[in-house]
Amino acid sequence: MKVLTLNFLTCAVKTCKASSDSFPLHPKDAELVHDDLEINPQLLVNVLPRLDWTALRTTSTELGFPELPEQPPSAETLEADEAMLKELHNLLVETQMMEGKLVCGHCGHEYAVREGIANFLLPSHLV
Amino acid sequence: MSRPEDTLAADIHYDDVEARKYTTSSRIKNIQASMSLRALELLNLQSPSLILDVGCGSGLSGEMLSSVPADEGGPHVWVGMDISASMLDVALQRDVDGDLLLADMGQGVPFRAGTFDAAISISAIQWLCNAESSETSPSGRLSRFFNGLYASLRRGGRAVCQFYPKNDAQRHMITAAAVKAGFGAGILEDDPETKNVKLYLVLTAGGSADGGKGQDITGVVEGMDGVDVLDSRRRGPKSGKGEIKKGSKIWILKKKEQMERKGKIVKATSKYTGRKRRVQF
Repeated sequence: MKVLTLNFLTCAVKTCKASSDSFPLHPKDAELVHDDLEINPQLLVNVLPRLDWTALRTTSTELGFPELPEQPPSAETLEADEAMLKELHNLLVETQMMEGKLVCGHCGHEYAVREGIANFLLPSHLV
Repeated sequence: MSRPEDTLAADIHYDDVEARKYTTSSRIKNIQASMSLRALELLNLQSPSLILDVGCGSGLSGEMLSSVPADEGGPHVWVGMDISASMLDVALQRDVDGDLLLADMGQGVPFRAGTFDAAISISAIQWLCNAESSETSPSGRLSRFFNGLYASLRRGGRAVCQFYPKNDAQRHMITAAAVKAGFGAGILEDDPETKNVKLYLVLTAGGSADGGKGQDITGVVEGMDGVDVLDSRRRGPKSGKGEIKKGSKIWILKKKEQMERKGKIVKATSKYTGRKRRVQF
C-alpha cells in the first residue's frame, strides 16, 4: 500500500467518523518496500492540494523518513523543483507498506496489512 | 444466465476457484475491458487522477485505468476495494498497479472527505441489494455506500457504476439511494432492449468547475454520438390519457418495434394492423 493511500485512509468505524483522531491511521510494525515506478509529475501536482500535509508529516516520521518541511510546497514551486518532485514521488508512490498494522488514534482498532492489502472488514457490532 | 447474487454472499461466491475462473475467462475479460473503457469515457478525465475502483476484483478494470496513455490524460492512479480475499489474491498474482483494500462497500468507504477525482465500479453494486445477515438491510447498505462515496469524492467529481439490476425494483432502489445521498444521478443504457443491455449509473457529486456543465448525466453525455436523452424531469404533467392502453394500436406498434429491434421476425405493418374486427353475428 502506497503512503499516498495512507494519507487518505480513515478509520471505518462509524463512531470514529466525527473524531479528528481517527485520521491519520498510525502504522505499527510496518515493513516497507521500495518499488521503482515511473514518476508522474502531473499527478503529484494534482494530488498536492488534497494531501493533508500535517498527517503526511506524522506518517513519514512514524515510518522513519527524514522530517518534511513544515509547510507544503505550492504547485508552482513543486513543478519547478525537480528534486522536490523526486523526493515526494519516492515517499508517496514508491514506498509501499507490505506488512504491519494500521491503528486508529480514536478507537484503537487495528487494521491488519498483509502483502500490501489492508483489511478494512469490520465485525458487525462496529459497523 | 444465472445470477450469483441470488445464491451466495460475494465473499463466499468468489472463492479461489471462482476467482481464477473469472479472471482467466477471455469473454469476461473482454466485456470488463469494454465496460471499463466506456466508464472512462463517461468520466472524461483530462489529467492523471486518483480513482477509486469499487469492487475491483482481480483488477481487470483497474488495468484499464493504469494503461491510459499520457496524451489522453493518463495514467491514472487507482485504489481498489473488494470484499473477496480470493479475488484480491488473484490481483496480487497479476501484479496490478493500484493499491488494494479488503473492504465491504456496504460498510461505507473508509476514506476522508474529498479524496478522489472519480470513482468507477464495474458489475458490483447490485451486490448491495443483498443482505446476508439479519443485522443489515439492503437499504441500509446502499445508503452507507452512497453516503461514503459522496463524501470521498471531491466536489465536481464523477462516479460511473456499471451494474446488473435483477429487475426494475432493484434499479429504482439503487438510483433512489444515490439521489438520496446527494448525487446528481442518471442511467445510461447501452444496447437498450437487447440481451446485452448494459446499465451505467452516472453520478456527479456537487457542482462542477466547467461552468455549470456536467452537472448531471445530460451534461456528461453532451456531445456523445448516438445517445438519446430521455429526461423524465422535464416532462410536464402527463396529458389526459397517461399510459398507453394495452391492446391499442399504439401499443401494438410499440411492441412490434421492440421485437424488431431484438432481431425477431415481425410481420409488416399495414392499414389493418391493430384494427378492430367487425362484430360478427
